[in-house]
Amino acid sequence: MATASPSARLSVDVGGTFTDVVLDLGATRHATKVLTTPDAPEQAILEGTRSVLAEAAIGFSDLAVVVHGTTLATNAIIERKGAKTALIATDGFRDVIEIADESRYDQYDLEIEKPAVLVPRRLRFTVPERVDVEGRVRLALDEAAVAKVAHLIVKEKCRAVAIALIHAYANPAHEQRVATIVAEIAPDIAITLSSEACPEMREYERTSTAVANAYVQPLMAGYLGRLETAFAAEGYRRPIHLMTSGGNLTSLSTARQFPVRLIESGPAGGAILAAVVAAERSEKKVLSFDMGGTTAKICVIQNYQPFKARTFEVDRAARFLKGSGLPVRIPVIEMVEIGAGGGSIARVDILKRITVGPESAASVPGPACYGRGGTEATVTDADVVLGRIDVEGFAGGMLKLEPEQSVAAVASSVGATLGLSVENAAHGIAEIVDENMANAARVHSVERGVVIAEHTLVAFGGAAPLHACRLAEKLGIQRIVIPEGAGVGSAIGFLKAPAAFELVRSRFMFLDALDLGAANALLDTMSREAKALAAPAALGRPLFEERHAYMRYTGQGHEIALKLASGQITAADMAGLREAFEADYRRLFERHIPGARIEILSWSVLVSTSAEPAKKLAARRASTAAAKASGSRLAWDHHAGKFGKVETYDRATLKTGQRVPGPAFILESGTSTYVSAAFEASLDAGGAIVLDRRKSS
Amino acid sequence: MATTRTAISKTAYSKPARRKSGPTAARTGHLGDIELQVMWSRLIAVVEEQAQTLLRTAFSSIVREAGDLSAGVFDARGRMLAQAVTGTPGHVNSMAESVVHFIRHFPLETMKPGDIYICNDPWMGTGHLNDFVLTTPCFHRGKLVALFSCTSHLMDIGGIGFGPDATDVFMEGLYIPMLKLADGGKLNSTLMAMIRANTRLPVDTEGDVYSLANCNDVGARRLIEMMVEFNLDNLDQLADHICDRSREGVLAEIAKLPHGSWKNSMTIDGYDEPVDLVATTTISPKGIHVDYTGTSPAARRGINVPLAYTTAYTVFGLGCIVANRIPNNAGSLAPLTVSAPLGCILNAPKPKPVLARHITGQMLPDVVFGCLRQAIPHRVPAEGTSCLFNITLRGQTGDQLRGNYGFATTFTSNGGTGARPSKDGLSATAYPSGVKGTPVEIAEQIMPVIFWRKQLREDSGGAGKTRGGLGQEIEIGSRIGQPFELLAAFDRIDHPPRGKDGGANGQAASVSLSTGKKLKGKGFQLIQADERLIIKTPGGGGLGNPIDRAPDAIAEDLAEGRVSKRTVQDIYAAGTDKTASPRKVK
Repeated sequence: MATASPSARLSVDVGGTFTDVVLDLGATRHATKVLTTPDAPEQAILEGTRSVLAEAAIGFSDLAVVVHGTTLATNAIIERKGAKTALIATDGFRDVIEIADESRYDQYDLEIEKPAVLVPRRLRFTVPERVDVEGRVRLALDEAAVAKVAHLIVKEKCRAVAIALIHAYANPAHEQRVATIVAEIAPDIAITLSSEACPEMREYERTSTAVANAYVQPLMAGYLGRLETAFAAEGYRRPIHLMTSGGNLTSLSTARQFPVRLIESGPAGGAILAAVVAAERSEKKVLSFDMGGTTAKICVIQNYQPFKARTFEVDRAARFLKGSGLPVRIPVIEMVEIGAGGGSIARVDILKRITVGPESAASVPGPACYGRGGTEATVTDADVVLGRIDVEGFAGGMLKLEPEQSVAAVASSVGATLGLSVENAAHGIAEIVDENMANAARVHSVERGVVIAEHTLVAFGGAAPLHACRLAEKLGIQRIVIPEGAGVGSAIGFLKAPAAFELVRSRFMFLDALDLGAANALLDTMSREAKALAAPAALGRPLFEERHAYMRYTGQGHEIALKLASGQITAADMAGLREAFEADYRRLFERHIPGARIEILSWSVLVSTSAEPAKKLAARRASTAAAKASGSRLAWDHHAGKFGKVETYDRATLKTGQRVPGPAFILESGTSTYVSAAFEASLDAGGAIVLDRRKSS
Repeated sequence: MATTRTAISKTAYSKPARRKSGPTAARTGHLGDIELQVMWSRLIAVVEEQAQTLLRTAFSSIVREAGDLSAGVFDARGRMLAQAVTGTPGHVNSMAESVVHFIRHFPLETMKPGDIYICNDPWMGTGHLNDFVLTTPCFHRGKLVALFSCTSHLMDIGGIGFGPDATDVFMEGLYIPMLKLADGGKLNSTLMAMIRANTRLPVDTEGDVYSLANCNDVGARRLIEMMVEFNLDNLDQLADHICDRSREGVLAEIAKLPHGSWKNSMTIDGYDEPVDLVATTTISPKGIHVDYTGTSPAARRGINVPLAYTTAYTVFGLGCIVANRIPNNAGSLAPLTVSAPLGCILNAPKPKPVLARHITGQMLPDVVFGCLRQAIPHRVPAEGTSCLFNITLRGQTGDQLRGNYGFATTFTSNGGTGARPSKDGLSATAYPSGVKGTPVEIAEQIMPVIFWRKQLREDSGGAGKTRGGLGQEIEIGSRIGQPFELLAAFDRIDHPPRGKDGGANGQAASVSLSTGKKLKGKGFQLIQADERLIIKTPGGGGLGNPIDRAPDAIAEDLAEGRVSKRTVQDIYAAGTDKTASPRKVK
């Protein structure tokens, strides 16, 4: 076939265990899961791709586009398998990445270990130079010293170097000159400038980001090159686009330049999917809830846009504890991740409290009911004891569960210690894991200033449909949506993501003394650069632009992102900016502070294609028709505090609009949904299960 | 004040929308226990949320950047039920005691919805005038069910500024006794005017007062939601459960320790003369008691400590060693008690100056560790830097854009922590304080100075089988060719952190000029426009004889430039025990 079918799109999500491949043909979709091949991930990708192409009876040359997300960059950092990397810093600032923020992430634990730095002290070099906070050169760059350092780096056989000088975000000239000199002496070395990777104030976060980028760059460039060659060898001639942590697609060449932006792209895909589910249903406030084997991830989505953050921590030394990882300052979809999954282990602590996670039984040995030698009780075991898991049909029948092992594990690890019956112990485990997730969501919602009870829960991932009802009850949430095809949710999400690039730069100004010329020049430069980076992945689609200023009252530490009108800022806009800031401030914190001075810390420019418009679903109509149960089983009812007969329904035979009153189970291959007595379920026009809070319960 | 008084405490007493569902509290048997546990974790989440609100809305840079704040919930008897884990151990019991003072001044039966109580009395709050404590009663179904309290460090409260130079508390700033900040929802505008008029930073200070009030409101709203969800009329059963379980947990941990009494003393620099901190720690089945008899008398200048702050840091240190997984509340704190003779530096009475009480108070975990080392050496680290190296600078700005005062800012930094029994100490890390360091680029934006150097200090970590953490070298000059003032409040210059069990001392701190001239560790000093201030923070003490350090660890330290060749030869190869024969080290 000569021309690619515009509707044939391939999406690939390479995770730690599985590589998910989805072929989207517009009307139909083919998906497969293959085992990841960590040493050469492209092999699993090719295997999966051939399989879905064969199913659809088309070839590589028929594909219009390939979109790809991978955990390779994240894993390279976690496993410390990146390149030997050097750092060039300002004299006197050799230890910025080791001094970090000088704090302990656990106040009471005297035995904490800080995360291991990516560049040891002996490979951290300094050169005489200094730029001040206003970008003025206070000490000229000593070029001879730079050359000397470059030769040392060559001698050390480093393959990458990060250049991170103080206040380089305000004036990158010295970093650029250092890069030129290093490139002359060491032409094969990969170079990252902090003023390009993260042109923002705060030396620790900027240096850490530049170092992480340099550290993964040789590896990622090699992998992406091999991937491109492999697809070309199969006859694919169209571009490969990469998913970023910010939920945008970017070109292969931009990904090679800023591989640090590929970190956490898998979970970003899940959030994008949840945003699409929200848009199709006109749900303006959504909480996405992804609960798998090891962790649960929660993300706030408003107006069909996931909340974004500007910092992410890789490789937390103490899992999930804030401050224990390496910060990278990149645009990222903001998520809270906690150690709460099906495999999370339940124990009893010294205060006789049940604890769940963050330790996980993982897939080996797995929960006790897998019968693979696990003896500690997990969340899945508790769910088995409570009758919530279909023992025969677990994971599509691939795994035959042993419920008696769950009973033994729950009884011995929790029941015996607390003198609880096995059901009550299992109920306690389920309650605690649900409470942990609810508390994480609550604290996150405060950090972001949202009222959680106003949101609809979009639940996906293996364990989410079992726990969604109780989580919703705890959070006061009224509606839950469980979309179809949630098993390969991230890969489907990639296909929905816009092509975009976002730049953020620090440039401090007081609002009442704004240098209009400088501000406009900065924004225009950023706009040009962002367009150049976004355009290759846009494939000719129109690009739009969004500009923000990050503002706060002078003296505060947290900024509010304020949207700017497109085009030049003029003197006439100034009063409006103040008013808009004050209005936002009132919305978040009840009242603004009259007369207080306002400052702008940073500016951002996002250049993006429009997201694919969501197909709005027909409004759901109230139906009085009750669905027909396919069977029943005994299961725990947490409202009643006892076992009772619960009817089961097959998702495959449910018809749109039919009511399923809780308590009930809706069964499907791979997972089952628990509808608690407080909810009533039905299938909507998009094939999702929708659970609504019942009026009187 | 008309524009700001309306909503200050409405959430503390307004009824939340009633939820449609949720399990009832009428549970029987074992289930009650699980439900109580769920409510306990919820209460901890409530105070974390309260603390987050404070952090997000704070103006004070030491609150928002460094986390110098505290938030907690108390039952109607004044028992603390939960406290957010934040950067300030100094607030651990001091805020709890503060609530008891509030209840004494404003009896429960007189409290009404919309009331907010305030004070910054160092002896009824958290130890110095910069800390405002606010307490808000929380009503549910018409009855007072709980009190929310919070405190944070305001950047300026007038007086002499954030240094130790005052000779009485009246010089240290505006003194607010137990007062009502709001009465039935109506804000005390006279008090707010007084506060604004008595600080160099009126906008920030006023903003921080609102921030404190709002965070209590958020806590109260969430608590009421929980009580509706679980259909509770009061917190009595939950409070008993939390306190009993926690107390039993701490006592069970104490039961595993040897019983007896151990004494330790530590000498620190002081202001005019060295100060002896002497502790006797007694472990018995009933708990752990620390008595500070033998400690030096109160000093003339502001490094004195009110007893509540002494108790806070003492109990924090005990908690780290004995029961670090048990949350702070009235039950877990009860078995840990502290006494100090009135008039000593650790129980300084009013009107002694106390502004820089942290320099002395933050040493107390190490003083207590010296006792515990004798009982359980395998669990206790060597001495560390202990006190924060807060670099407080003041002066003119170049452009006069920052208000009519100029600048007055505190830059937080740290030395090394003590070597641990099985690990090296942490370099440039706060302990016992949990605050963060200030980024250099942020500091240079707030004040017109240039940091020419801020890096680890080679050889500063005390040698030992495990090594002390490294300190830092920091060099600061003016950016605008103007002199600036240093409000020095540093210790460990004459008395470095001590190594233990044959480990060497960490290197002492030093404060000097680029000319080589030594500066005083405490008190106001002027840095000329063409001079640079050089501050070296201490390294932590080493643990065990350096001759026993693993050769790999020595080689790694040498390659990384953490120790010099000379130190390897002179100390690691020779050991600290002069009678032993030296060994060969590469």
